[in-house]
Amino acid sequence: MTSADFAIVLPEVLLAVFAMAALMYGVYGGKDKSAGVILWATAAVMVALAAWIGLNGEGSNAAFNGMFIDDGFSRFAKVTILLCGAAVLVMGETYLTRLDLLRFEYPLLIALATVGMMMMVSAGDLMSLYMGLELQSLALYVVAAMRRDSVKSTEAGLKYFVLGALSSGLLLYGASLVYGFSGTTLFSGIIQTASEGHVSLGLMFGLVFMITGLAFKVSAVPFHMWTPDVYEGSPTPVTAFFATAPKVAAMAMLARVLFDAFGGITGDWGQVIALLSVASMFLGAIAAIGQRNIKRLMAYSSISHMGFALMGLAAGTVGGVQAMLIYMAIYVTMNVGTFAFILSMERDGRPVTDIEALSQLGKSAPLKALAMMVLLFSLAGVPPMVGFFGKFYVLKAAVDAQMTWLAIAGVIASVIGAFYYLRIIYYMYFGEEGDALESTMSPVQWLLLVGSAAVMVVGVVNLFGLEGMAAAAASALVN
Amino acid sequence: MEELLRNYLPIIIFLAVAIALGLVLVFAAVFIAVSNPDPEKVSTYECGFNAFDDARMKFDVRFYLVAILFIIFDLEIAFLFPWAVAFKDVGVLGFWSMMVFLGVLTIGFAYEWKKGALEWD
Repeated sequence: MTSADFAIVLPEVLLAVFAMAALMYGVYGGKDKSAGVILWATAAVMVALAAWIGLNGEGSNAAFNGMFIDDGFSRFAKVTILLCGAAVLVMGETYLTRLDLLRFEYPLLIALATVGMMMMVSAGDLMSLYMGLELQSLALYVVAAMRRDSVKSTEAGLKYFVLGALSSGLLLYGASLVYGFSGTTLFSGIIQTASEGHVSLGLMFGLVFMITGLAFKVSAVPFHMWTPDVYEGSPTPVTAFFATAPKVAAMAMLARVLFDAFGGITGDWGQVIALLSVASMFLGAIAAIGQRNIKRLMAYSSISHMGFALMGLAAGTVGGVQAMLIYMAIYVTMNVGTFAFILSMERDGRPVTDIEALSQLGKSAPLKALAMMVLLFSLAGVPPMVGFFGKFYVLKAAVDAQMTWLAIAGVIASVIGAFYYLRIIYYMYFGEEGDALESTMSPVQWLLLVGSAAVMVVGVVNLFGLEGMAAAAASALVN
Repeated sequence: MEELLRNYLPIIIFLAVAIALGLVLVFAAVFIAVSNPDPEKVSTYECGFNAFDDARMKFDVRFYLVAILFIIFDLEIAFLFPWAVAFKDVGVLGFWSMMVFLGVLTIGFAYEWKKGALEWD
């Protein structure tokens, strides 16, 4: 029985063992000179694991008495997380090397955070959920403060740590209430005590506290206030990581808790999620208008996008979960490309993050500007880019679940949000002549930027089969 | 639900008494006590001689490092004791689980040692 359990968690075990072995190699062998090698090795291991999980996964398996669940849903999320992590690692290498920040611990902390995320999306129990969450969070606090001599980076790390600890506290309080009122920490046990119309008040409180704690992690309004500061202060490759993989993991974990543990009372949590969704979409869209710093802008953009993904969850149906998964997969693809571009923004050898620095980029670097324009249109949800289809699926899920008002709010918010994406395009093509932006881009960054822009255009044909995969994943979760 | 809440009544009473008593003592000192301060009275007291410097000073960050490293191994002991007490019941799986845990900790320890976290200078 134990060997069967370990066969199921083998990908996580392998990644963790790799991280520890590479840590020993790094500290006793190559030191920081070997950071590049370790970084590429980590990315290779993550891609290999993604291929393995994606191609070999079969059916639904539970390990360790149901504490760890390996099903279509968790595999979908894991493949997305691993590919994002690998892409972010390789595209940040040149940036970190230039700023002399490339220590060998960086790729290992990312790998350990990824192990935590894989645990999160596979958790079938409140304890394994918390363990995965903390493994992810602790690694992320450290990488946020990686630039030790920068006040902003240390501030970002500290802020992230304090608010992350607060949210973990809320989550734990909720978990303790849920355990107290249902008598078990297993999701499969909790769902039996929580059925429509027979929910004790304590269980309800526990559910709301847990949603609050998880909303912190996905940075949904009103629990978003750490996001802009942390995004701005962290080194840009770390920001790129924050904006992609952990968001997928937190969203998948939220879906897992809501459907696996509280699937019998979709009506009760649906309204809470709908409220978070509306608030996130609007605040993200409106607050980004005043931002001149592209990293802060992307922070508000991610808040707004999380609002749309939550809309899929609020629907509480298979279609809603499918829409959420499609949305997250498209969102991370767009963000990887966008951050590959942001990483290349520099002037006189120093990184710049001011959006006005993009003036006249259309003339000085036409291909980059074109790729960025495609990505920005896609982020705004302008047809016929793939980003539009992401929004289309969540809106359709909301309408199908009789939540037309939510869909209408989403459309209004996306129109407001389009403004700040279009303004960046305006600067790129019609901005005033100024100091030109240097376009130094490593081949990897160039490949990821152009590649993700190409995906946004070519993907409209059939979304690369994403729809079917997300449908299979969603039906594995909701039953 | 009401039954449940009634169970917590003693705690509510206890809380009320504790808060009320605390407030009474604090405000009694403010309102009743005789107070006529002079510079000598309010200056920092340091064993009879003049204070050298401010009490708010910076600590070396290495104190924190040592404290954090201490906590990790302190917690390790907290896990080891119940494991050792229940050693007969946890079986082979329990034994190897703890060995893996200790192995992971050892890797962390080897890392911090090589990094020089344990050296003061």
